[in-house]
Amino acid sequence: MAETKSIIGTQNKKGQTYTDAWKLLNEAPRTPSFFTGSEVIKEAIRRASCDVMIAYPITPQSEAAALIGELFAEGYVGDYFRGESEFAVMSQCAGAAFGGARVFTTTAGPGTMRAMENFPMWAGSRLPIQMIVTCRGINSPLSIQPDTLEIAYLLNTGMLVWHAETAQDFFDWILKGYMVSEEPDVHLPLALCCDGFFVTHTKDVVNLTPADMCLPPYDPYRSPVPCMDMECPPVRMMRDPFVMKSNYISYATHASWQQEIWAAVERSRKHSIHWLNGLIDAENTDTDIMIVASGTAVSQGREAIRMLEDEGVRCGLVKVKTLRPWPEEEIREATKNAKHIFVPEFNVTGWLAKEIKATIPNHHRVHAGPHVCGGMTMPPEIIVNEIKTALGMKKSFVMAGRGS
Amino acid sequence: MIKRRLNIRMSGLGGQGAVTAAHVLAMAANRDGKFSISNPFFGAEKRMAPAESYCRIGIERIYDRGELVFPDVIQVFHPQVITMGKSYTMPFYSGVKEGGVVIINSAQPLLSDEDVERLKDLNVAVFYIAGTELAIEVAGTELSTNMAMIGSVSGITKCVSMDALDGALQERFGKKFVASGGTASLDEAIKKKFAKKEMLLAKNLATVKAAYEIASEWADKNNVELRVGNPAVAA
Repeated sequence: MAETKSIIGTQNKKGQTYTDAWKLLNEAPRTPSFFTGSEVIKEAIRRASCDVMIAYPITPQSEAAALIGELFAEGYVGDYFRGESEFAVMSQCAGAAFGGARVFTTTAGPGTMRAMENFPMWAGSRLPIQMIVTCRGINSPLSIQPDTLEIAYLLNTGMLVWHAETAQDFFDWILKGYMVSEEPDVHLPLALCCDGFFVTHTKDVVNLTPADMCLPPYDPYRSPVPCMDMECPPVRMMRDPFVMKSNYISYATHASWQQEIWAAVERSRKHSIHWLNGLIDAENTDTDIMIVASGTAVSQGREAIRMLEDEGVRCGLVKVKTLRPWPEEEIREATKNAKHIFVPEFNVTGWLAKEIKATIPNHHRVHAGPHVCGGMTMPPEIIVNEIKTALGMKKSFVMAGRGS
Repeated sequence: MIKRRLNIRMSGLGGQGAVTAAHVLAMAANRDGKFSISNPFFGAEKRMAPAESYCRIGIERIYDRGELVFPDVIQVFHPQVITMGKSYTMPFYSGVKEGGVVIINSAQPLLSDEDVERLKDLNVAVFYIAGTELAIEVAGTELSTNMAMIGSVSGITKCVSMDALDGALQERFGKKFVASGGTASLDEAIKKKFAKKEMLLAKNLATVKAAYEIASEWADKNNVELRVGNPAVAA
């Protein structure tokens, strides 16, 4: 703690000033920039005082990974290399984090699936690694386009899971994510997800903090479990697996540690509320009709709400920012007046609708849809039509879109 | 027609610079103080495979993203988009809005009688420009075809200013740009066509301007008006 604080106001080797994170994110001047999401990831990492970034190419995160390589060449990242596969990358991330480094990586789609074994291991080992997931289709036949099915697989790993709507969210949340993840009472990995292409490859206005200010470095002594001494081999990567003892206490220890991981996810709630200004954003919660969504589906929902307003139909919106911790109370409160709750999603199974149904009373109010999948786009017109159909209104057969 | 938002769909083939064109156009609109976003859509990154990009320009914040299903303007960068169906929608003009514009890079007409009839029914104007020939003539390379396409959509819709386009081109090509391996090698290829970076920028801007003038003249002559603005104020 003391170490991190005393370093504030001093400069790193690139001449960036270590700045109090709250001041950096909430008080420092912002410059509007017109960037792709990938460029924005680079700009966030430039300011994140990262020790290690490990890369592996897979669309649509390759561009971001390559751009961080440029940052490493410029001297902004402690170490950077390409792993042999996603599985290797995530294992190497664990090694670096065990050794007390602030670690960053990016992945997508089938790569995320390939590396899956590591994620509960990260959480169980209390490693505050940050992983960007630029969602893409995971199932055969192959797709490189956005499809959020992989998020469903991450929900029960013990990682924090956040779903960004825009590149602006990405910029802020990458920096804020470390602040939440590295709290001693949390100390868990974060999967910061977005819909690939819609965020990574889209040029949009993003307000950036000054490039000469950066986060304070990670202080490994704030870890609730001892960090490994990487310079005194043999390094023991794990404590003795409890199961090897094969007695009652070993199982009880394992069970209680799992409970502790999920308690840590719960304890991240107050920090996430503090940094993200709430786990959800809610607008017009007095209306009968609500759209509840995460990621790009929120953006498409915003357009649908504008189109409905043009026709005199009021519709509210809940943007779910954190999926883990799950904003149960917040969603229940925001939807208490709604008679119809629509959950547009970019995946075939509708995992978000299922989570919401399990959360709110009278869940027959939830309309799980519209859904698109396999990388298809979701024109706001189909959300409008889904709502109109449910309300018994006449559908628009000529889908004219915005701007007539 | 004056619209709060102009949706532009660019259908091209891999290597033609359709993705770059949408980005440059959106960057220019942003410089002009308008709201804009651009994004690409493609499968495997390879030459001559279908590649699309989208540019949305408006007078209010734009949330909509992804593939543009209902465009006001469709730009066809290569005849094969039409003749060989190298398009993400069939027909290539699927979803086009009434009163829209189709801009085709071809010296010869490519549409069937049926296509002509359907577009006429939708009051969609069709503009042919020999963009690749223009690029070869003005810039000395077919790699500047995308510049002719930027010029033609700007000439018809006046959605961006020439100053802003100049600035956007300098921003895109004036410094090192890291994207995919494919984009990097194309950037290298076009840089080799010109002795100096200033020459690359000047010739590309000249191509934009030449196409702008041809398209602008066509729009005036045929009374095609499609602008971004506030319809309430305009009325």
